[in-house]
Amino acid sequence: MPVPLHESFPLRPARVHEVCGAAATAFAAVACARARGPLLWIRESWGGERLNPQGLAAFFDPARLLVAECRDQTDSLASAEEALKDGAVPLVMIEITRALNLREGRRLQLAAQAGGATGLCLIPEGMGSNAAETRWRCAPVHDPVYDPGEGADSTRMRWEIIKNKSGTLGVWDVRWDPEAHCLDVVSPPGE
Amino acid sequence: MFDGIQKRIVSMWFPRLASDRALRAHPVAGPFALTLRERNAERIHCLNAEAEAAGLHRGMPFADARAFCPELQSRPADPRGDARMLATLARWAGRYCPWVGLEGQDGLVLDITGAAHLMGGEAALMTDLGARMERAGFAVGLGLADTRGAAWALAHAGGGIAAPGDPGPALAGLPVAALRLDPDTVTALQRLGLRRIGELEAAARGPLARRFGAGVMARLDQAMGRQGESVTPLPAPPHYGIRLSLPEPIGRVEDVMAGTARLLEALCAKLAAREAGARRLCLTLRRVDRGSQQVELRLAAPLRDAARILPLFRRGVEAADAGFGIDQLRLEATQVEPLPARQLATRAGGRQDGGRLDDLITRIGTRIGLENIHRFLPADSHIPERGFLIAPAAWSRPQGAWAPPRPRPLRLFAPEPIAGQGGGQGRRPPTRFQWRRLSLSTARATGPERIAPEWWLDDEAWARGLRDYWRVETHQGRRLWLFHTPQVPGWFVQGEFA
Repeated sequence: MPVPLHESFPLRPARVHEVCGAAATAFAAVACARARGPLLWIRESWGGERLNPQGLAAFFDPARLLVAECRDQTDSLASAEEALKDGAVPLVMIEITRALNLREGRRLQLAAQAGGATGLCLIPEGMGSNAAETRWRCAPVHDPVYDPGEGADSTRMRWEIIKNKSGTLGVWDVRWDPEAHCLDVVSPPGE
Repeated sequence: MFDGIQKRIVSMWFPRLASDRALRAHPVAGPFALTLRERNAERIHCLNAEAEAAGLHRGMPFADARAFCPELQSRPADPRGDARMLATLARWAGRYCPWVGLEGQDGLVLDITGAAHLMGGEAALMTDLGARMERAGFAVGLGLADTRGAAWALAHAGGGIAAPGDPGPALAGLPVAALRLDPDTVTALQRLGLRRIGELEAAARGPLARRFGAGVMARLDQAMGRQGESVTPLPAPPHYGIRLSLPEPIGRVEDVMAGTARLLEALCAKLAAREAGARRLCLTLRRVDRGSQQVELRLAAPLRDAARILPLFRRGVEAADAGFGIDQLRLEATQVEPLPARQLATRAGGRQDGGRLDDLITRIGTRIGLENIHRFLPADSHIPERGFLIAPAAWSRPQGAWAPPRPRPLRLFAPEPIAGQGGGQGRRPPTRFQWRRLSLSTARATGPERIAPEWWLDDEAWARGLRDYWRVETHQGRRLWLFHTPQVPGWFVQGEFA
């Protein structure tokens, strides 16, 4: 019996979650689309890959987004803790470049609980922290049958929940509908 | 003259303020003029003594001046800079008396009543004033008299001191132009044979008033002291600084915060009275050993709400080193912006949330720098990298609508060349290619979308010319944004889709 996605996906509020994989940015964008109010994206300034607001516009209004460029991970974790504890921003994305130790992960978790804000760490594969509430692995998947036609794009992804502190694991194939701004769950992957 | 104390007024006239200021900064030898575009021509705005000696005058077209005087050197005039210079001189003149006002574009008026003895008497004051101005490089005419009009007349007529009591004898020999009259009236008076102030004073008032109106007589009466005229001093610039001295040194963070709270209350009241908001605050903690610690706070929005500012100071105060104790706190708003009074939000909570977000930006900004928190603003360009602007969040407001014409990747990076096989030579994307050590094979390609470089901007990244963009879905799942440069054949990856 497959687990329905809605048990896990609108990310549990006031917790810090983690996502890895090639489609982690897309996962974060979907999470942003589900949140209300301003959004904060904390990244390190030296990274070469930049967010493209024109691409994000298919998910949510980029005017809601603030980007904090930090010098190193210490600064980005401090900014994230500040933002989570404050709670003025309901969803905070944090780009992680080195593995968090248990103390750092736990501090973020406590800050999120204090402020009622949700955190989402975009981590490299295999650098998860034990304190995370859930950990997701997201990968884009080629969709051989679905052809959206000229001007649109397939956005099929495989979302796999690989760690869940209070729930079950599961795998879903999802697709983002940019017109309706909603997430469609495609047929569960063949088992 | 009204209350027993004799008023004494000094008038300073700078005949060449603009050119003197320009020459102070970069001296030149020989004739020199400043030009300003007026009435459809470059005209001489101000000129130095050599240029005047060469027969040039103000308002003359610059082309004519060059014809008369080929060695004339010139620079463009800066009237606003001159006005600032005059304000600076007015502040400097406060060393002689507290009551200094501006006289037109090129003069100052000082009410030195009861202040002359501080400089050793009137004559000594005038000598000192003249000597200092000469040393500073400004030509100046100085007049001292009982009235503003008489002082002005003396200043413009080459300088002089009128004896206290009656300015009449000192003025009698001066031309009528020294009465602050317009040139047409001066010409008309001269045609009547009234060339000197003494002659005007002796003439019958009735017929003159009928012919010229009350203006001429009013100017004469002002100069002679029969009609009062006041000196309006410049307003002192507001000072947003406040301090608290303590009888015993303090060292606990709570105590310093309590002191800061008191200072903030007073400072915010001052800001509110002037409808201003602080953008940058500096808290100086002076220690008993005379060292001092500074806590600087840059705010994400102009603010004058003490309850909101105070918690933002905590981080800085905790980091400060109190040493043997702090015995003076000084708080100054070093950067102030206008913040008009605003109606409270009618929609419940709407305004409050913006304030919370600004506070958060400020707090994060104290750690990573306020200019490192960005927001995106839409820009009008087809070039993907220039389709948006990155603006500091503290100095911009969200605006505009985002409507990309075609699907765009979520992430952009610097173009990465790929090595492809099969079809890569042509205009279609390669069927197999290597990117970031991944072997990918094309499943579906959508395109091309041709984007031409913006030739009016010289951009190194677009040196390869036109780009044909393709959205490529691979069998491996990754959805990439490839482009081909037909002018210099090559394939690149520039972005990744969701």
